[in-house]
Amino acid sequence: MSLAARLEQTAKTGAPIAFRTKRPWPGAIVSWLQAAPLALVLLLMFVAPLAFVVVVSFFDYGRVDIYPAFMLDNYVEVFTSEVTGRLYLKTLEYAALVEAITLVLGFFVAYYLTFHVRTLRWRIVLLLACSIPFFTSNVIRMISWIPFLGREGILNDAVMATHLVSQPLDFLLFSDFAVVVAYVHIFTLMMVAPVVNSMAKIDRGLIAAARDAGATEGQIVRDIIIPLSKTGIALGSVLVLTQVMGDYYIVRMLSGGKSAGVVTGIATQLNAFEYPPAAASSVVLLIVVITLVVGIFSLVDVRKELAA
Amino acid sequence: MNARHPINTPATPLAQAAAAPSRYDVELVAVSKSYAGAAAVETISLRIPKASYCCLLGPSGCGKSTTLRMIAGHEQVSAGDILIGDRNVTDAPPAARGTSMMFQNYALFPHMTAVDNVAYSLKVRGVAKVERRARAREFLDLVRMSSFAERLPAQMSGGQQQRVALARALITRPQVLLLDEPLSALDPFLREHMRGELKRLQRELGISFVHVTHSQEEAMALADMVVVMEAGHIRQTGSAREIFEKPNTAFVARFIGGHNVIATPGGQVAVRADRCRLGSAGSLTSLSGHAANIEYLGPMVRVSVATDNGLDAAALIPDELFFTAPVDIGHAVTLIWSERDAHALSD
Repeated sequence: MSLAARLEQTAKTGAPIAFRTKRPWPGAIVSWLQAAPLALVLLLMFVAPLAFVVVVSFFDYGRVDIYPAFMLDNYVEVFTSEVTGRLYLKTLEYAALVEAITLVLGFFVAYYLTFHVRTLRWRIVLLLACSIPFFTSNVIRMISWIPFLGREGILNDAVMATHLVSQPLDFLLFSDFAVVVAYVHIFTLMMVAPVVNSMAKIDRGLIAAARDAGATEGQIVRDIIIPLSKTGIALGSVLVLTQVMGDYYIVRMLSGGKSAGVVTGIATQLNAFEYPPAAASSVVLLIVVITLVVGIFSLVDVRKELAA
Repeated sequence: MNARHPINTPATPLAQAAAAPSRYDVELVAVSKSYAGAAAVETISLRIPKASYCCLLGPSGCGKSTTLRMIAGHEQVSAGDILIGDRNVTDAPPAARGTSMMFQNYALFPHMTAVDNVAYSLKVRGVAKVERRARAREFLDLVRMSSFAERLPAQMSGGQQQRVALARALITRPQVLLLDEPLSALDPFLREHMRGELKRLQRELGISFVHVTHSQEEAMALADMVVVMEAGHIRQTGSAREIFEKPNTAFVARFIGGHNVIATPGGQVAVRADRCRLGSAGSLTSLSGHAANIEYLGPMVRVSVATDNGLDAAALIPDELFFTAPVDIGHAVTLIWSERDAHALSD
């Protein structure tokens, strides 16, 4: 019987609409079924490949082949190679620098947007303006830095025109400077968004109460706004740090191959068909990043941010 | 841009105030506030005598909270002057006015314990930690919250949070404490209890409290001075008794409650519901109608009367008297009152 027919019948007889509910499915089965699609996707797309990487990291390998085995040589190589240390040091240096810059920049952009832009409309307009660089692809955004920062680039032309320098500035492109600029350019918004979200939840009454108590703007930021946007800062830091730790493309493009990060090393191994060592390096990097994330989240209560 | 009234010109009565210590804790002189052209408060003047409990009473949107925030300095005045004691504080920041504010939802800092919340104003003034915490504990004592000193706001009930907020507002030793709907978030029992506490503190400290409320019951119970506001204007100022006995407009009579506003050939009059009886016309003024509703209130019975000329009125009758001649809903009744209980209203 169609639903319409059922409803008609119900209206006539006054009896409740009777779907077959005599033998309902046990609650547990229903819950499992509801969770199944996402669980399946995660299992296939995330858990399985990861497990595969972990398994391969113990394999032996030849010139072009890999052989099932259980050996720790790949890990021994990661930990004993002098190159690993150098790559990690470089990556952590980038991560620390970019984290520091995006934190300060992101915090104050968020602070300005939340507490000093009066109307919601302007807040939305300005936040959208922050996202304009994201309207184009990552590749184009990175490549655009080259004509801007290059030896004959816009910036150098402008600086030369002021006659402050007689030589074009060489450190601008294909350098650590360029890499950090590019990182800051794309990752600042990742800091801004969670911090804005945290700040938006701060009751304006608290700011008024602090002002009533005689607090200056600086004291309000230090005593009220920073502690209460800690979770947003933590979330933003996780986004920025994991991105920098996992980057390979930006380092290569903007350092002009002069600089390399951990993932550059992994890419080199992959290009040489050294899959097991690459897998071992990946597992080590994964553990380092997870430790970092757990460390950051142990400082704040993220549940507070996700709730309410 | 602001039409300020300078206090040192003889044209204003405030010139005398500068010579002798002011008899007023708060003075508003022709204060206005408008938002993007729309007036929220229009040219109000008010003097609150020293050490008094003043309630700003009115329906929501009448400008009472805006007025409070202007006194606190959290809102700039569009025109006019504000004096605290004998100082013109119109352009002073909140903390330099001698006022302190208790916010509507208490606005306790959620990441600080009770004692740190209370001590915050001392912290920003650079008082050392040990000293400011000791002082904060004294004020927690004052509001009987010393055993909760180390708790976070989330670990306290609404009533407890309010006491902490009160201690935080008082620690700056304000001359005037400003309270924005302080009791509205509490349950009725706690509300009556806190009412007593507020009055006790105000008397003990000998400072002025300015308390914003929309509850006439609260205002009548607490205030030495009631200021009834409507649509950005002050409609009447006086003691609770003056306002209840002599409301000057139909709005005040209706808002303060307990009055029947009746149109007579000589203009509108207000008659207190507890002075009205049910009976036969006789020599008294009367209105006939029928009993629309009957509420037993314990000591009194409230009979709502829908009069034949389309008015809603009520009689508050002592229970004993009501039950000697009870009426039922729908019965024809005649509302009677003595001419001398009718109080003429101006428009």
